[in-house]
Amino acid sequence: MKKGVFKLSGIFAIHITVIIYLIFLLFPFYWTFITSIKPEQEIYSNTISYWPNNVSFESYQKLFTSFNFLKPMINSLFVATSTTIISLTVSIFAAYAFSRYKFKGKKYLMGIFLTNNMFPVVLLLIPLYAIMRNIGILYTPFALMLSYTTFTIPFSIWLLSGYLRDLPISLEEAAMIDGATRAQAFIKIVLPILAPCIVATGAYVFMTSWNEYVFAVMFTNEASRTIPVALKNLIGQLGVEWGMLTAGGIITIIPVCILFFFAQKRLTEGLTEGAVKG
Amino acid sequence: MQRKKLDISPYLLISPSLFIFLAVVLLPVFNAILMSFQNYDLRRPSKIGFIGLSNYITIFNDSLFWQSLWKTFLWVIFGVGFQFFLGFGLALLLNKKFFGRGVVRSVSLIPWVTPGVLIALMWRWIYDGNYGVLNDILLKFRIIQDKIPFLAQQATAFPSVVVTIIWQGIPFFALMILAGLQGIPTELYDAADVDGANGLQKLFLITIPMLKNTIYVSTLLRIIWVANSVDVIFNMTGGGPAYSTQTLSVYVFNKGNTLNLGYASTMSIILTIILSVVAILYLRNIFRSEEE
Repeated sequence: MKKGVFKLSGIFAIHITVIIYLIFLLFPFYWTFITSIKPEQEIYSNTISYWPNNVSFESYQKLFTSFNFLKPMINSLFVATSTTIISLTVSIFAAYAFSRYKFKGKKYLMGIFLTNNMFPVVLLLIPLYAIMRNIGILYTPFALMLSYTTFTIPFSIWLLSGYLRDLPISLEEAAMIDGATRAQAFIKIVLPILAPCIVATGAYVFMTSWNEYVFAVMFTNEASRTIPVALKNLIGQLGVEWGMLTAGGIITIIPVCILFFFAQKRLTEGLTEGAVKG
Repeated sequence: MQRKKLDISPYLLISPSLFIFLAVVLLPVFNAILMSFQNYDLRRPSKIGFIGLSNYITIFNDSLFWQSLWKTFLWVIFGVGFQFFLGFGLALLLNKKFFGRGVVRSVSLIPWVTPGVLIALMWRWIYDGNYGVLNDILLKFRIIQDKIPFLAQQATAFPSVVVTIIWQGIPFFALMILAGLQGIPTELYDAADVDGANGLQKLFLITIPMLKNTIYVSTLLRIIWVANSVDVIFNMTGGGPAYSTQTLSVYVFNKGNTLNLGYASTMSIILTIILSVVAILYLRNIFRSEEE
């Protein structure tokens, strides 16, 4: 009897703590959303409302009419998609080499890609800025794509070789004994099984390129700027436009959330295993 | 004994990635080192030229550099420290059975995939001195009497940005530690139950020792990322007021924005050298487990 009460209070405590965590982790999103659907006079009112008295989508409307948010959205989509395709294409070959061959210098080559995680962004930022400027691609989408590969390629190689290592080698060997070449075995057997993992890796690359700010703010101009830069630009021109800013924030995060929920399971498996095992 | 023919295919397969890597990482790092020995200020292009160790000497006498280094240290200690404890707590909770656990697990990871700029701006709005919701809540609960301009005054700005980075990092730790928790065999806990161990004993004698490697690795990774983080601080305070929230990464970024690239490179190299201590620890751990 006493133990039952004790257990019940334990379950109660768990739920309470979970709720406190969720409030802390999710409240900023709630608040951003609520602000985005308030009419302007309610955002800047002295009595703060925790649910809008009048729901209004004027901030969203203004974002596309007076600010032209569509342009940075298209830029972001283009940069993130291209970065994803480039990174996945080159990384999958490298990952295959790292997981299926034994060769001289493998450890060092793998180490080169791993150390990359450790370089401060600002270390690459400054010289890349000078290089892009000299070869004349500063302020074009290529500047961003190239600079994003500095972290997306090593990351993809690392994640994909983890997935490949967990894939039984026997299937490919069987195919090769039956007369398939290594390339055929790779295309017909490895790729289809690996597809969900490639999608998960791609989703992560897309998200990081979509979210990136530090390179983006230095390597883009009015015409080529991406969403994070545009969001920041809503501050400062005419004071802070919190209505449009929160509306833009909600639009930015929706695709990321959708991608994340799709890729979540594989991605978290690959990440947690890879980080510890290498 | 027959000598094995050298198979060049792995090298061919790696070459595209390696080529890009050399072009966009190694070459820039090399350039950064060169620039650190130059007076490289794009606002005065005619004066660009080698000046030896001059930048390094200037930095050594730059009190703002030392202050930023100290801020970086505090930023990492408090940021990563609380991320760890709160993330650990969340992982322990998510490992328990309760209604809606699957949804809670996914949803609590969202801060981790949110763009840094958006995180900064969301929190900036919460902290706002005039219309901020945090002031409203604290006033309603009578914790404060007057509104606080959290990000505009030195005493509160730094703790406020630290809270934001903690918020961002909790999910990562929770994710890593939860994966580790799921790898601990339940027999260990059953045996401890038989021996009459209490919850705290199980935590310190089973859970933490079993998670040693996970904790070690995720903390090292997080230290590097938090120390390198620019977007959160830059978009919340820009490093102010009066440089009170300026970490070394933000200082480099601000200097880069003024186009004094030589000085900025020099600082980023010093930052890299400091962080490489952490990086080496991480790599050693990875290679050790590779050999096992």
